[in-house]
Amino acid sequence: MKDLLVATEAIVIGIFVTVFIFWLGNKIVEALPSKLRKVLQPWVFIGPVVILISLFLIYPTVQSIRLSFMEEAIDGSTTWVGLTNYRDIFGDVDFRTMLVNNLTWIAIVPIVVVSIGLAIAQLANNVGPKREKFFKSAIFMPMAISFVSAATIWRLIYSYIPEGQSQTGLLNAMWTAFGGTPQTWLQLEGFKLNNIFLMIIFIWLNVGFAMVLMSAAIKAVPEDTIEAGRMDGASARQLFFRIILPQIWGTALSVFITVLIGAMKIFDIVLAMTGGNYNTNVLAQNFYNEYFIYGNTGKAMATVVVLIAIIAPVMAYQVRHYRKMDMAR
Amino acid sequence: MKKFKRFATKSRLGSTLILILISTIWLLPTVGLLITSMRESTEAQTTGWWNAITHFTPDSWTLQAFADVMSNDGLGSSIVSSFAVTLPATILPLLLAAYAAFGFTFLTFKGREFIFSILIGLLVIPLQGALVPVLKLFLKFTDLTGIEISGQYAAAWFVHAAFAMPLAVYILRNYMMSIPVPLIEAARVDGASNFTIFWRLVLPISVPALASFAIFQFLWVWNDYLIAFVFVGNDHPVLTYKLLSMLGQYGEGWQSVAAGSFVSMSVPLLVFFSLQRYFIRGLTAGAVK
Repeated sequence: MKDLLVATEAIVIGIFVTVFIFWLGNKIVEALPSKLRKVLQPWVFIGPVVILISLFLIYPTVQSIRLSFMEEAIDGSTTWVGLTNYRDIFGDVDFRTMLVNNLTWIAIVPIVVVSIGLAIAQLANNVGPKREKFFKSAIFMPMAISFVSAATIWRLIYSYIPEGQSQTGLLNAMWTAFGGTPQTWLQLEGFKLNNIFLMIIFIWLNVGFAMVLMSAAIKAVPEDTIEAGRMDGASARQLFFRIILPQIWGTALSVFITVLIGAMKIFDIVLAMTGGNYNTNVLAQNFYNEYFIYGNTGKAMATVVVLIAIIAPVMAYQVRHYRKMDMAR
Repeated sequence: MKKFKRFATKSRLGSTLILILISTIWLLPTVGLLITSMRESTEAQTTGWWNAITHFTPDSWTLQAFADVMSNDGLGSSIVSSFAVTLPATILPLLLAAYAAFGFTFLTFKGREFIFSILIGLLVIPLQGALVPVLKLFLKFTDLTGIEISGQYAAAWFVHAAFAMPLAVYILRNYMMSIPVPLIEAARVDGASNFTIFWRLVLPISVPALASFAIFQFLWVWNDYLIAFVFVGNDHPVLTYKLLSMLGQYGEGWQSVAAGSFVSMSVPLLVFFSLQRYFIRGLTAGAVK
């Protein structure tokens, strides 16, 4: 209870202080000669954010990059080691497996999420508003669930009990019902099967997101273009692929990229399901292991820089894409 | 036309059937969790959750697991911790972002577009990229002043606020750009200061955008594990943190872990379903133009 009191206090004091600072800043600026006022006033408004992001985003990122060229001793002192950390991680077989795993994630997850999302959106579009709302809510629901809770849910599905006993995991129960022997699903490394079992969790969580956006895009397709296609005798399949799909392509692409970035950063699911064992490790998980488990700052930071280097261009594309659309408005 | 109608009803039935199948698959995992959380302990360990339905006996259903996790595992205090992290980390950045968005939209100054571009550009930085130096920064601050930040809620508030900023300012500025400039000009002519214009005019108009973002931020912070782990940790374990440590301990039993998981899901699900409309509006405003 005390904690909640602290939080409430923080909100009240926080809001009061911020408002007061803005009010005071505004009063001071208003009292200045008009020339100076014009220069300083905007900073009253954007100043706090500029300070916040400089301190907690820009400075730390630069520092992370710097640390990736350093070696940190136990007492916290650092020495410049050049590219040694990078040479170490890229020379490591496990790191290469990791990169392959990350690549598998981004090769499979975004396309599957967008396809299923699109299919559901299209199906839900022609069952009438009441049913549409119900089905959408069911598929959308996992979006509110944390990765850690999702891991609990799916551990129940993937759990393994030795042969001869009653299976508590849904997947093994079905598998043995069809005559298979119980499998330790999360340890099946062949064909990256266990990675795929982890991806299924991510897909389960994210299809709702894709569905909502694709559905909005489908509804925005002008009715007369579809009607015209119908007049010309197009089949339902042709209507979808020739008329609807080209018009929602832009949305599909931005959903694809958003999911792609999410898949690149994948961490919590791997942590909660395997901890990166059984060759399911990924970059973000490796950062966690190197820093928090092995205390290897240099390697952890080099891993992070590799992660940034992979994500940044994709994200930059996405941001430019959005901004261009804003300009066009 | 008649043929088309028949085709339409047929496809409607087909679509419904397929959607029933998909929805069932989508809901089944969560249903399994819910049922497991209400099962008797030994049964939950030895048989699958569907046995609670196929071999139904009233005795095998109990809410004991919920009572257990609340008292034995201290889940009750974790709920409080989660709120203590989430509420300020949602409200404070929202206010700051709204101020800044106002500045970026309605005030002209040198370097405006440049600073805004940098702010948006920071979207490319993944959380992991800034984590360790921020942690070191907090420790250095403690060395200098003796004030503990790391391990306190405030540490998580700052980090969450900073990471929310690029997207929050971006979304809010986009929204504010749709407010007609003459409206602002008229208020200025009437002698209103920017401070007044912000509070009396722009903020009330921006409520839908603020609501959408608040829901996003609330869900994101509530469900976050990494920031809570690094900056708050074991001193005030939040729900995700608690749950993960329960997952790692054997002997907790499925029903306990499931109950804990369900408790941690209940708040975001409640927020989500009661405010779904705003949430969807926010999603679509961000990506479909």
